[in-house]
Amino acid sequence: MYEGVVQDLIDELGRLPGVGPKSAQRIAFHILQADPADVRRLAHVLAEVKDKVRFCVTCGNVAQEEQCRVCQDPRRDLAVICVVEEPKDVVAVERTREFRGRYHVLGGAISPIEGVGPDDLRIRELLARLADGTVTELILATDPNLEGEATATYLARMVKPMGLKVTRLASGLPVGGDLEYADEVTLGRAFEGRRLLDV
Amino acid sequence: MHVAHLSLADFRSYARVEVPLDPGVSAFVGPNGQGKTNLVEAIGYLATLGSHRVANDAPLVRAGAGSAIVRAAVEHGERRQTVELEINPGRANRARINRASPVRPRDVLGIVRTVLFAPEDLALVKGDPGERRRFLDELVTARSPRMAGVRQEYDRVLRQRNTLLKSAALARRHGARRTAAGAGAADDLSTLDVWDQHLARAGGELLAHRLDLVTSLEPLTGKAYDQLAPGGGGIGLRYRRGGGEESADALPRTREELYGVLLADLAGARRQEIERGVTLVGPHRDDLLLDLGDLPAKGYASHGESWSYALALRLASYELLRAEGAHGGGDPVLILDDVFAELDATRREKLAELVAPGEQVLVTAAVAEDVPPALAGARFSVSGGTVERR
Ligand SMILES: Nc1ncnc2c1ncn2[C@@H]1O[C@H](COP(=O)(O)OP(=O)(O)OP(=O)(O)O)[C@@H](O)[C@H]1O
Ligand SMILES: [Mg+2]
Ligand SMILES: [Zn+2]
Repeated sequence: MYEGVVQDLIDELGRLPGVGPKSAQRIAFHILQADPADVRRLAHVLAEVKDKVRFCVTCGNVAQEEQCRVCQDPRRDLAVICVVEEPKDVVAVERTREFRGRYHVLGGAISPIEGVGPDDLRIRELLARLADGTVTELILATDPNLEGEATATYLARMVKPMGLKVTRLASGLPVGGDLEYADEVTLGRAFEGRRLLDV
Repeated sequence: MHVAHLSLADFRSYARVEVPLDPGVSAFVGPNGQGKTNLVEAIGYLATLGSHRVANDAPLVRAGAGSAIVRAAVEHGERRQTVELEINPGRANRARINRASPVRPRDVLGIVRTVLFAPEDLALVKGDPGERRRFLDELVTARSPRMAGVRQEYDRVLRQRNTLLKSAALARRHGARRTAAGAGAADDLSTLDVWDQHLARAGGELLAHRLDLVTSLEPLTGKAYDQLAPGGGGIGLRYRRGGGEESADALPRTREELYGVLLADLAGARRQEIERGVTLVGPHRDDLLLDLGDLPAKGYASHGESWSYALALRLASYELLRAEGAHGGGDPVLILDDVFAELDATRREKLAELVAPGEQVLVTAAVAEDVPPALAGARFSVSGGTVERR
C-alpha cells in the first residue's frame, strides 16, 4: 500500500478495463515522473471527453454534434445499415473502407447473465429507422461470440416481417496466419462458411 | 504416439524428476504412497488439462511450492515435439510447444493423447449420470477436437438460458410483471426462442456425436468385457435422453435432424421450464445406461463385474481411438493405474494379451508379482520421490 493519493490513483487506474494491479502501479509511477504539462493535458482531455462527446441521435455512435460524422456524410448509402455492438466496432469497419452505408450501434449484446435484455439495447431505435422503407439491407456485424450471435438471431427474427435483405458477416480464418494454428472453432466455422471457387 | 521423456518439477510429491521412456510396456512398481499414480496423472494432465483424481489444480502442486511444471517429449513417427505446462493454481496456466513462446493451454491438446484407466473409474458404473456424460464427452472430443468448442458453446448457452428462465420464474412468482420493465427487459422471455435455437444447434451437434460414439463403442465394449470375463453375460449400452421418454433408438442421427428434435422438445417443455426456472431438455440431462445381461449394471452388478465393466469401457475407448488413429493422431498412450491387484490370474493374463501390442502402455502396481510376466517391457521402481529403471 502506498500513501493516500498515490494509492487512490493506483486504485482508479486499476478499475479501467484490461489494467491489472501491476500495470496500474506502473502507470501511476509513470505519471508521477512525467512532465507536469503532459499530465495536465491528459487530465484535460479526460474531462473534455466526458463533457463534449455525445452519442449520435441517429445511430448511437460517438459524436461531437447531434449526429456523428458518418450520419452527416451525404455520400453514404442510405439503403444499408450495418449493426454493431460498440462505437469501437464502427472504427474497425471504417478501417476496411469496404462499407459505404451507415451504422447502428446497439450498445452491447443480449446476455441474461449480465442482466442485458433487448430493452437495454438500442433496438427500438433501429426498428424506427427501418420503418419508412429507405433501408433495404441490414448487415448484422455483432461479435462472433455466443451473445453476439444470439443478438443477431434475435434481430433477424424481429425484422423478418419487414422483408429486408438481412446478412451476417462471415467468420473465418485470419489472413496471414497458418492454418495449423487456427483454433478449432474458427476453423470449424470457416468450414461451414466455405464457398465455391469459380474457375 | 509415445512419450519419450517426462520431466516434473514440483508436481505432487516430486521436487524434480526425469523419466526417460521407451515405446512398449513400462511398469512402475513401488509400495503405496510412493508416487506411482502421481507420474501417470501428470501425463494424463498433458492430454486433458485436468487430473483424473481432483477437480481443481491446487493439490497437483507440491506442498510449499507455488507452481508445478510438467514437460514431455513426444514422438509420433518421425516427428518429435516437446509440450510443457506450468500449473498455476488460481491463475492462468502457461503452455509452450517446442520451447517456443507461450500459447494457450488449449493449443497443446491433441499432442499427448491418452486413455487412462484408474480405480476412480468405478464411478463410471456406480456413479451419477454426470460421470458417464463426462466419459462420453471426453471421448467425443478426443475423436473430434473441434467438439471442445461446441461443448463450451453448449455450456455457455445453457448458463444464459438458465439465468433467463430463473429470473423470469422469479419475476412471475413476485406477482404481476412490473409494467415499467415490460417486454424486452432482461428477464423477459421474448429472447427465449433465440436461446432455444442456439441450445438446439450446439446440443444437436453434441448429441449426434454422442450417439455415433455409443454405436461404435458398444461392440468394442462387449468384446473387451468378454475377453476379461468370458461367459459373463452380454453388454448393452443404451443412450437415454433425460427430457424425452422415448429411447434413443428412435432418434435420427444427423445433427440437423437432432436440432429439430431438440427444438420441438424445448417447445414442449417450455411451460414446465418457465415454472421451474431451469432447462429441462438437452444433452446435459442425458445418461448412458450400462446393461449387463438383462439387468442394469448400476445397482445390480457385483464389485468385480463393475470393475471389469469400467475397464472394458476404457479398453473399448482405446481400441476405438487406435482404429481411428489413421486420422493422424496416432495410437494414444494406454495408462493402467493399479489395475492388476483387482484381477485374478486368468484375467491378468487376458488383459496383458489384450494391451501388449499397444504403441505405449504404462502400468502401475504396488507389488511386482501383480504385473503379469506376459507384459514384457521396462520396469521402474518408484520410492520416496525417485524413479529408477531396473
Ligand atoms: N501436492 C502434494 N505435495 C506433496 N506431496 C503430495 C502432494 N500430493 C500428493 N502427495 C503425496 O504423494 C503420495 C501419493 O502418491 P501416489 O498417489 O502417486 O501414490 P501411489 O504410489 O500411486 O500409491 P498407491 O499404491 O497407494 O496407489 C502421498 O504420500 C501424498 O502425500
Ligand atoms: Mg496409486
Ligand atoms: Zn450516427
